Parts: sequence; C-alpha cells; structure tokens
Amino acid sequence: MFDINKWQALLDIAVWLQLGTAFLETIYMLVLSGIFTVILGTPLGILLVLTDKGQLLENKVVNIITSIIVNVFRSIPFIILMVLLLPFTRWIIGTPIGSTAAIVPLIVGAAPFFARLVETSLREVNKGVVEAAISMGANVSQIVRKVYLPEALPSIVSGITVTLIALISYSAMAGLLGGGGLGNYAIIYGYQLFNTPIMLVTTAVILILVILVQIFGDSLSKKLDKK
Amino acid sequence: MIKLEKVKKVYQSNKQNVVALKEINLEIKPSEIYGIIGYSGAGKSTLIRLINMLERPTEGQIWIDQKLMNQLNDRDLRFARQEIGMIFQHFNLLWSRTVRGNIAFPLEIAGLPKEEIDQRVNELIQLVGLTERADAYPSELSGGQKQRVGIARALANRPKVLLSDEATSALDPKTTDSILELLQEINKKMGITVILITHEMHVIQKICHRVAVIDDGEIVEEGSVFEVFTHPKKSITKEFVKQVTETKMVDETLRYLPHDSSSYILKCGFVGETANKPIISQWVKTVNVDVNILEGNIQYVQDASYGTLLIQINASKDKLDESIAFLQQNGVEVEVVEDVRYQ
Repeated sequence: MFDINKWQALLDIAVWLQLGTAFLETIYMLVLSGIFTVILGTPLGILLVLTDKGQLLENKVVNIITSIIVNVFRSIPFIILMVLLLPFTRWIIGTPIGSTAAIVPLIVGAAPFFARLVETSLREVNKGVVEAAISMGANVSQIVRKVYLPEALPSIVSGITVTLIALISYSAMAGLLGGGGLGNYAIIYGYQLFNTPIMLVTTAVILILVILVQIFGDSLSKKLDKK
Repeated sequence: MIKLEKVKKVYQSNKQNVVALKEINLEIKPSEIYGIIGYSGAGKSTLIRLINMLERPTEGQIWIDQKLMNQLNDRDLRFARQEIGMIFQHFNLLWSRTVRGNIAFPLEIAGLPKEEIDQRVNELIQLVGLTERADAYPSELSGGQKQRVGIARALANRPKVLLSDEATSALDPKTTDSILELLQEINKKMGITVILITHEMHVIQKICHRVAVIDDGEIVEEGSVFEVFTHPKKSITKEFVKQVTETKMVDETLRYLPHDSSSYILKCGFVGETANKPIISQWVKTVNVDVNILEGNIQYVQDASYGTLLIQINASKDKLDESIAFLQQNGVEVEVVEDVRYQ
C-alpha cells in the first residue's frame, strides 16, 4: 500500500484523463438507464396499484402477472442478470460489451425495483383525495395524471434517488463485463494491476457521486413536498 | 328532485353479508337543505355515497333530476357527477396544489379552457372569502379555511346538488358555525340543494329544513326540522334533540335537588305563540301554587322559537293535575319529570 511508485502514478496526467473518461462513462450509463428506468418503472408501478383489489382498474390476472414479473427480475442478482441478458443485449444494441450495452441489463434490473418504489409511493396517496376526484367525475387517466402522480411526486423523487444510487452500484458491476465506467476502472487498477492508490481515488469519486445524488435528491423531494 | 326508492346496500365480506342499509325511501325537494342524522355505523356515510354512486346500491333506484343514477354508463355517470358537488370531513384537498389549484381541479376535469378556469376560480375564491390566501398550500391553512376551499371546489362546476359528508365534524364550534352559515348563504343565493349527514343535532338545527334520523340502516323518523325538534317520537331522536336543548347543567341541578316526594318537576315546552304570553304568572295566580324555576332556555329552529322551562312545584296531586290541565289549555306542552336521577 505504501509502495511509493504506485502513489507516483497519481501524478501522471494520463491516469486522471482515464479516470475522467471512466467518470463520464458512468454518468452516461446512469443518465440513460435512469431515464429508461423511470419511463418503464412508473407505468409498472401504476399498473400494480390500479389493478389491485378494490382499486380503479381491479384485475386479478393482470395484477398477479405484473407482480410475478417484477418479483422475478428483482430477485435475480444483478451480476447473474447481466450474464443471462447477454444474448438479448446483443440483439438490441448489436454488441454485449461497452457502456451502451451495459445500459440494457441496468434498466432490466432497476425498472422492477423502481416499480415497487412507485407502487409504495402511490399507495400513500390519501384515498379521500382519490374519492374526491371520482366524485367530481374524473376518469382514470385524469386521476393518475392529476392526483396520483403529483400527490406522490416528493415520494417518487425519493424513489428515483434510491434507484440512482442502486444504479451506481450496478454500473460498477457492469464494469466486470466490459461496461466501462468507474467500476471497470477500479477493477482494472485495483484488482488486476494491484494499484491501491488509483483504486482508492476511484472509490472516492464513486462515493462523492453517491453523496451528491443523495443530497440533491433529498433536497428536491423536500422542496416538492407541500404537506 | 332527488329520490331514493327501496334502496338497499349489502356488503359482502368473508362470505358474510353485512346489511348497511335496509330499505331506504327518501325524497328531497329542490333547493332544500336536507339533513340526515345518525350515530357512526348507522349507515349515513353509505347513504350519502349512494347518491353520487361512490357506492353502488345492491337493490333499489336512485333518481336525480329524472335521471336514474344506477343505470348510467361510466361516461354519463362522470358527466352526472360533475353536477353534484361533494365536501368531506377531512377536506380531501390536493396537498400538491395551492388554493387556486385545488379549486381549478374540477374545472380542469370538466375540460374548461384556461381563461374560463381562471375567471371562475377568482369568483369562487371571493365567494368563500379566501382572496388573501389564494396562493397558499392546504398545509398552510386552518381547518375552516380548508373546508372553504373544499366548498369552493365543490361549487366550481355550478352543481345543482351539494353533498356534505360530516363537513363540520373535524372543526371547532365557532368554525363549524361559520361554515354552516356559508352553506346556508350558498343555498339561499344559488338555490342549490344541499344534502348533509352529521351526528350533531346542532348542525341540523342551525341550517336544515328537513331531517331524517337514521338508525341501524333504517330511516326511523323524518319530517321538518321544527316538527322533529319540538315533537320527537323515537327515543333516538329524543337523544339527538337533547344534545342541543338540554345542557349538562340541568342534570347537575336535578342531581343535587333534595329528593322530596311532595314536589314535582315539570318540563314545559313553549312553541311559537305561547312563548310570548305571560302563562306562568297566570298559572300561579289561577291554580295558586308556588313555583320554582330551575332552568330555562329558548331554541331557534328555522326562524321559529321553542322554549323549555324546568319548573319545580310543591303541591298536592290535585294541584298538580289542575296545573297540568291549565298549562295544556294554554298550549303549553307539559311533562312530569318522574325522577331524573333514575332515568
């Protein structure tokens, strides 16, 4: 650990450029997979709530099927999911390696997780407000757009924060399968080249990223919460 | 205007049937304030929810303006609901929207253009007296202010009917009165039919024209508020009337009164005209008894007055009978209170 030569590597501008590139790759994976996770997970969460017993679109079959799909994908450890999805990823992106390819398993892993968080958030919406909207003659789509989503927004934002942090950790794992990013960088230098200082710096960058996401997410959620 | 015919509601839970409403027949006239009073669990909440189909009747028919509500398809029902406003005990406002936004909500649902919404919202904010708080969020408002938003929201689409589900039960007495006065004003100004449910006789007394008493899923008594107040028939109705006519003081007074077999306590009711005549003094002179007034109060129900006097007399049985006869001749309702201590 105190091998001076290894610490000297930190003085090398090339190391920092590589780290910068890795950081950008991580951000790239996070932003894209984050967006798609929200786009796919939100309707799933809504479906889980609306088709449940006593809800607006009560439908036992749809509810059970959705629930099973969500549970299955949530239960598979991410590292295994990545391997299982290799053919699927290749089919969609054209190649199973690289940052773009890593986005596919990231979305498949995170969307069901996020769907459950959305479900919990929507269930917390006051039933009385939904009843009030029904009494005004609102249809299901209006109730979802004007009641459920805006009322649950602070809680959904917290859910997005939690999901993004999970995605940071998943994306680091994606590095194992050549996904690039900070995880990949830490593995190459820390595990394969035994360069502890670079691995420490990389870890610190990931840590700072997590903390920033958390702080930003918390403050946004708080700002939106008018309760 | 609103008619419920043989309406029955049965809930099924765990293969067990729970009858919430047995057989309800009701007719509510246009522009009246109709109160439904009952204890919790009597079925009043279910009853009011049947009117706008938040609950479906198991049997029977619900008519609003010649429209058979329980036969409407989803689309027509949504339009019909836009003509029925509803206010709630816990206000049910959207936390995420300001006062303005909450009032605009039903107008957005009805699909009005933006300028029209803005204009209507301004009118309504003024109507309920919240001009200063238009941009506040519900969490920044008091209970009374929240209910004012609820009322404005319920009136937004100019409904013909306003349903009030225990709208004042979460409010303190002073705020309750101000909300009731607002409802009364709206009823007078716009001629809107108001149906309210409550467990407080005070609410019925203050603003209702007619009242139905509901007990265990059945309407046990119905009539004009004045009639039900002055001549309650069922014991449950008497209990409700007691909520407002008899103070705790009376019971206290009687409890500490010496238990004397030679004295009687009379409860005298004065309705309308009789309240204005010097009957008591004539009675004392004519029958020649000594009276001791223990407690008295006057209630105003629908702009008519109703007075109650609790009087102790020291007299023989003959004098008592003579007194009762005299009072009854003069239009006073008399009841000998046997012994309140054992009631």
